[in-house]
Amino acid sequence: MLSILFYLFATVAVFSAFYVTKSRNPINSALWLVTTFICLAVLYITLDAPFMAAIQIMVYAGAIMVLIVFVIMLLNLGTAVKKRYTHALAWGAGLSVVMLFVTNTFIRRGVPTGKVGDVTTQTIHNYGHTELIGKAMFTDFLLPFEIASILLLVAIVGAVVLSKREV
Amino acid sequence: MITVYHYLILSAIIFSIGTFGVLTRKNAIVIFMCIELMLNAVNLTFIALSRHLQNMDGQIFVFFVMTVAAAEAAVGLALMITFYRNRESIDSDDFNLLKW
Repeated sequence: MLSILFYLFATVAVFSAFYVTKSRNPINSALWLVTTFICLAVLYITLDAPFMAAIQIMVYAGAIMVLIVFVIMLLNLGTAVKKRYTHALAWGAGLSVVMLFVTNTFIRRGVPTGKVGDVTTQTIHNYGHTELIGKAMFTDFLLPFEIASILLLVAIVGAVVLSKREV
Repeated sequence: MITVYHYLILSAIIFSIGTFGVLTRKNAIVIFMCIELMLNAVNLTFIALSRHLQNMDGQIFVFFVMTVAAAEAAVGLALMITFYRNRESIDSDDFNLLKW
């Protein structure tokens, strides 16, 4: 059952990711990207990470995609003209296929090891995923959390300054 | 049986598709969306390995990747609006103001 779910959503994610790059109209690309994000959120749930799935939907499929669609509609972009075959296409395709091959080789050859923690499926079910994330974030990762808040502040100020007509 | 390798290979495929889009498309917003695709592929790797190693740290990293992606979206789209105002286009071929 779980493997059927995985293969279904993995296939949909790969196809919609491909159509993000293929669509001529940027709005179509944006909608395919939302499909990819939702499929990835389902895969996060199969990985016992429901909080990550929720913020994937809210932050990516909600906030960031709304911003992108808003900008596409604001700029009134046309559909890209159909181009002939170019060398750039061949180079891009070749490079990405080589990269896929190399990463595939590394994944098949290596064994993922590291510091094994104590967060099992049973722990996640007992305490809840959000509580575990919150506990880790506000104890071990407090400084990165504060730095992230400063980063967001800088991004807000930067966006406002950049889009002002005269500085 | 679905193992961590399945998730890693799926993530590699999505990352490669994102690279393909970044290298071949001309529209800056589509390039931007392909970068988001690559960030999501990396997030999938983080969560799969975090599940595999029974460790919460990877998922905290995903949280920070999402923060950086949101900041990048805000600043990047503001840059595109400014560029469109000056050049009436967001084709990456027209990005040549810094050329010497």
